[in-house]
Amino acid sequence: MARIVLTGDLARRFAGKDTEIKVAARNVRHLYQLLDELYPGMGEVFASRALAVAIDGDIVADAYLEPLEDDTEVAFLPAIRGG
Amino acid sequence: MTYEPKDLKVVGTRPVRPDGVDKVTGRANFGADHALPGQLVGKVLRSPYAHARIVSIDTSKAEALAGVKSIIVGEDMQDIAHELSQSGESAIDVHDLSLNVLARGKVLYDGHALAAVAATSAKIADDAIALIDVTYDVLPHVVDVDDAMKPDAPVLHDDMFTKGLEETPTTASNIASRMEMAMGDVEEGFKHADVIIERSYKTKAVHQGYIEPHAVVASFGEDGSAYVWCSSQGHFAVRDLSAKVLGMDSSSIRVIPAEIGGGFGGKTTVYLEPLAIALSKRAGRPVKMTMTRAEVFRATGPTPATSMDVKIGATKDGKIVAADCEFRFHAGAFAGSPVGAACMAGLTPYALENARVVGYDVVSNTCKSGAYRAPGAPNGAFSVESAMDELATELKMDPIELRHINAAEEGTKAIYGPTFKQIGCKDVLVATREHPHYKSNLGPNQGRGIASGFWFNVGGQSNAAINVHEDGTITVVEGSPDIGGTRAAMAMMAAEVLGIDYDRVQVVVADTASIGHTDGTGGSRVTFATGMAVTNAAEDVVTQLRTRAAATMGVDVDDVVWQDGAAIATKGDAGSLSLAEIAATAARTGGIIVGRSSINAKGAGPSFATHICDVEVDPETGYIEILRYTSIQDVGKAIHPSYVEGQMQGGAVQGIGWALNEEYFYNEDGILENPGFLDYRMPVASDLPKIDTVMVEVPNPSHPFGVRGVGEAPLVPPLAAVVNAIEDATGVRMTELPVTPVKMLAALDARKEAAE
Amino acid sequence: MSKIHVTTTVNGDPTEFLCEPQETLLDVLRDELQLTGSKEGCASGDCGACSIELDGRLVCSCLVLGAEADGREIETVESIADGEKLHPVQAQILEHGALQCGFCTPGIIVAAKALLDRNPDPTDTEIRYWLAGNLCRCTGYDKIINAVQDAAADLRGEAS
Repeated sequence: MARIVLTGDLARRFAGKDTEIKVAARNVRHLYQLLDELYPGMGEVFASRALAVAIDGDIVADAYLEPLEDDTEVAFLPAIRGG
Repeated sequence: MTYEPKDLKVVGTRPVRPDGVDKVTGRANFGADHALPGQLVGKVLRSPYAHARIVSIDTSKAEALAGVKSIIVGEDMQDIAHELSQSGESAIDVHDLSLNVLARGKVLYDGHALAAVAATSAKIADDAIALIDVTYDVLPHVVDVDDAMKPDAPVLHDDMFTKGLEETPTTASNIASRMEMAMGDVEEGFKHADVIIERSYKTKAVHQGYIEPHAVVASFGEDGSAYVWCSSQGHFAVRDLSAKVLGMDSSSIRVIPAEIGGGFGGKTTVYLEPLAIALSKRAGRPVKMTMTRAEVFRATGPTPATSMDVKIGATKDGKIVAADCEFRFHAGAFAGSPVGAACMAGLTPYALENARVVGYDVVSNTCKSGAYRAPGAPNGAFSVESAMDELATELKMDPIELRHINAAEEGTKAIYGPTFKQIGCKDVLVATREHPHYKSNLGPNQGRGIASGFWFNVGGQSNAAINVHEDGTITVVEGSPDIGGTRAAMAMMAAEVLGIDYDRVQVVVADTASIGHTDGTGGSRVTFATGMAVTNAAEDVVTQLRTRAAATMGVDVDDVVWQDGAAIATKGDAGSLSLAEIAATAARTGGIIVGRSSINAKGAGPSFATHICDVEVDPETGYIEILRYTSIQDVGKAIHPSYVEGQMQGGAVQGIGWALNEEYFYNEDGILENPGFLDYRMPVASDLPKIDTVMVEVPNPSHPFGVRGVGEAPLVPPLAAVVNAIEDATGVRMTELPVTPVKMLAALDARKEAAE
Repeated sequence: MSKIHVTTTVNGDPTEFLCEPQETLLDVLRDELQLTGSKEGCASGDCGACSIELDGRLVCSCLVLGAEADGREIETVESIADGEKLHPVQAQILEHGALQCGFCTPGIIVAAKALLDRNPDPTDTEIRYWLAGNLCRCTGYDKIINAVQDAAADLRGEAS
């Protein structure tokens, strides 16, 4: 089960507060689907590309097929822009 | 691919870059150095008002002028729905981008483009621009970010309803969004504080200041395809964004990257390119467009002006118990400032239990803000690192010691969610404390400041191909414009893997049709991600070389190792074959050898930096002289140390300029008063001492050569380092940038008066 | 409004061109003569990217009118290398990695050579003040100063 860290506005909007949950997702795309089921509407936020994904501390862009193992930590953060 | 320590022959040395001779002889072709036969010159009509409705545009007189071949106005562009286009590591709203390229309905800032003309000469194009009749309905405007947030402020977009609030408002405002990140309980945390610092800070808009203005030559063919030559940090982004704005297919646009004269984030989007393509289409001839320096200042993407509140509390032994920040950033005319990155980066050098950051993205009648080297982080660090400095003073603690006690390390959870793996934050602090600069003496009116900084760095998409020629030389083909010496780094990594001389490697930065999509040159990513692609491609070549050698030598490929540029049979006496020997017969052993790699690189790993700045403040003039400056950064493995040092030095100097002199001056009509290098005062050689650098080389475990991105972190600490030094020299805490002599003197005089 | 006929010497070669009265020498060099080594950074004499020598004097070519070149001698960055042989200023800038984007580099080279032609043993401060008219945004100037010092040593015949 991957460990999903929901913080910031995503957490406040959908879970009320910062939350950590465990989700059995194969990859990030699967995770988005499962999270949308748990929190209806969250899928749209992911589809809008406003968020980046950090997997075990590593920011990955467009991470759909990134596999998620047991104990993988996944966090979402506003997509940052380099300069 | 993970890091493996090895004996290195090329990586870590300082060879001359492959494009070096062209650049010192004037032969290298930058954006404006290209010309096509029959080309026209394109010019842009820009708004003279900060905020106005476009009542009518009459181009008839301009069209009638002999030599004018095409004119476009906003109405000629297609309407685009709001959509975040992933252009590399950033997301740009294409609807807003299109309106920024050419205004429709309203002009939103002094300099906003509303028409473009192509004519047979620059003079005729300028005359035509002057003949375009625009009727404006001038509207009240707002520039300052705090003013723009007030309920009675003039509203720029009547469809802007603040996102991120508990309830979406029903009245339009200039607040595009609010974001909040928190951990623990700040209110509870502050109760345990022995000392609390609470302070507000302001910064002005500053420009990346690249010396090369934007330039493009576009040629639209009769077959509906466009050839575009321009200097850009991301020619793939130019292609894709222009395609979206113009409603074309990406495959119909081919963008050839010119050499680029600086970008720092400011050349990661499009301004002239869609206009040049559209003008060329209408005229049936190539169109060349260049920006004047005034246009660059008025109408490209400076970094936001900001207003920030920071509150930090600590116990008397220096442990931070709570931190609470509010950042208000102005995004310019369209939403999308890097306030999010500031929220994430400002507090990140510290392991905190209780923290909260709130960020506001606010629009105002200034040009659309753009990315500038670690966008958002310099501002966030300015406020947090200034507050940390005051905290250290209150606690009577050494400022490095205070940071070290609270430093983030492996296992620290960042406020934006993830947990850090191995990072260099403490290593850099220790290196700072032990540096001779930190222990050296200061004289009267002199002071020392330190500040830390953090930047994420990104990986992203890169493509590379390596062509092995019959004579044993190779060409590396990649897609990252060389803004700071990266061709050299690519050549070095390829030479190292292949075991051949650096001089046998040529590097080509290919156009969008000739190499796979590569994300832009920025985000501190090229040596990391494109370097990884090049390394992978070189490993691919090595595999093929070993296979050919094995077949030629009549041994099993598993019994062939690659060493020092040759395939060596490990069993029996089959001997060895050099790369040149294998290449010479490649046609007969299976064909030309090409190595390839297409990756979406991960594992970039963050950067931490700490800077030491010594200043002397003249009490009679307020003039602030930088006496000594040292930049310490964890840089992973430095492939070409000169170019890593260069990034550290260049970023520090940009920060010094931002802290002491640079700012956008708007008058009461919202017009930019200083759109030129005379009054937008960037540091010159005589302003500065040497910038010493210390590269803390802890290899990044996620890269085959241990590379960590280095380009952006250098701009994060300097603002506070300078201001903290000023405080040490004078006892005066300056909270508004830039600290010009005028402001410094006023502050010194005010303090003198207060004392009397 | 007719164009002005100008006869001049550019990089040692007799040269003729036509230019508009308001065209700067920089415009002419780049657009008429295809000598694009001199760059436009500001067109107001503040950045030095267009530096050339006019009758042996270091000037910003954006502050000289094309017409003013008549009868004068112009040397641009394209004349600094001697065939295949780089001038020590050019070679040392490469050795030191004293360029990143390279846009200010032609102007810096013209200016640095002009300094060393006059002052073969400048101090760091003298170099910094001489180059104060050449903006560089990438390097922070550090390596450029070192490179000019080593070029000066090369020209004096010393090992650097």
